[in-house]
Amino acid sequence: MIGDNPFALWVYLSHTPLLWLTVTLAAYWAADRVSVASNRHPLANPVLHAVWIIGAILTLTGTAYPTYFEGAQFVHFLLGPATVALAIPLYENRATVMKALVPMLAALVVGSFVAVVSAVGIAQLLGAPGPVLAALAPKSVTAGVAMGIGEALGGDPALTAVLVILTGIVGAMIVTPLMNGLHIKDWRARGFAAGLAAHGIGTAHAFHINPLAGTFAGIALGLNALFTAALVPLVLALFGR
Amino acid sequence: MIASLIVILACQLAGEALARGFGLAVPGPVMGMALLFALLLLRDRVSRHLPAALSDDALVSTGQGLLTHLSLLFIPAGVGVVQNLGVFAQYGVALGVAVIVSSLLALLATVGTFLLVARLMERTSA
Repeated sequence: MIGDNPFALWVYLSHTPLLWLTVTLAAYWAADRVSVASNRHPLANPVLHAVWIIGAILTLTGTAYPTYFEGAQFVHFLLGPATVALAIPLYENRATVMKALVPMLAALVVGSFVAVVSAVGIAQLLGAPGPVLAALAPKSVTAGVAMGIGEALGGDPALTAVLVILTGIVGAMIVTPLMNGLHIKDWRARGFAAGLAAHGIGTAHAFHINPLAGTFAGIALGLNALFTAALVPLVLALFGR
Repeated sequence: MIASLIVILACQLAGEALARGFGLAVPGPVMGMALLFALLLLRDRVSRHLPAALSDDALVSTGQGLLTHLSLLFIPAGVGVVQNLGVFAQYGVALGVAVIVSSLLALLATVGTFLLVARLMERTSA
């Protein structure tokens, strides 16, 4: 009987996708409960807390990331369909969106440029080498696209993914206190900034705060993915690599 | 719900096919978003001829269901940090400072430009 040897049971379970899918959902559920209970306090960001909880479990149990990902991939897969589904709030708010077309495009150009140049400039100043800069440059773009951009420039796609998520968490955490502090009440502008600087995690946060902000965040996410792909090679060339 | 899922997945599939096929810099899912948006606009014109599964609110509720827990979907990639602890041990400060300061600047630049241009447009049209 397998129960006679708890270790054998663990070896079996720890290699099934079932365990790690369950752990991913449970960690998110717990982190999201705390976030809701704290009235979506910026420090209670559900992605941040779920990631460190799962990271700690993997480290403590000596589980390799690829083993974890076999289970987590089912959740990861849904990123694509969810991106497509952003067309739905976009469609429902199309009249408001069309009116803001010019401010959005202007904010896209300026915001994208600042996001890439400031990140690469600061990291270079603090001594990060070329391949790390390449992985960092597309940090404000949604993960799938950023990994493609970073890799094409000689960055490690896995590192890019982590920096993208980190940027998303940081952006989602600072956007609400920042905008409230500046007394900015235009949900279109707030949402657009959140989606541009912090892609999908900023968008998820924006949807929690205000549906119109979420819609504009979704548009910014899409537009920034297109724009940064063209911008990053230029900026890296500018920084002499 | 199944019909709605098919519509969403088909848009992504078509988006991926277009992006790859023509070697576009546009990511497949973003292309899929544009396709679904076009499809929704088109649907308004021909809704009488569509099966109920495509013209009712199921698509909207399925899409909203996916978006409600958008945060969850980033967790698997985020946990990838466990593979990069070495890089963070070495360049953690540079990367941390760069990400935080750059996020702050990007938020300010974006929101500032948006509001400035929106206000200029209001003034010229008034």
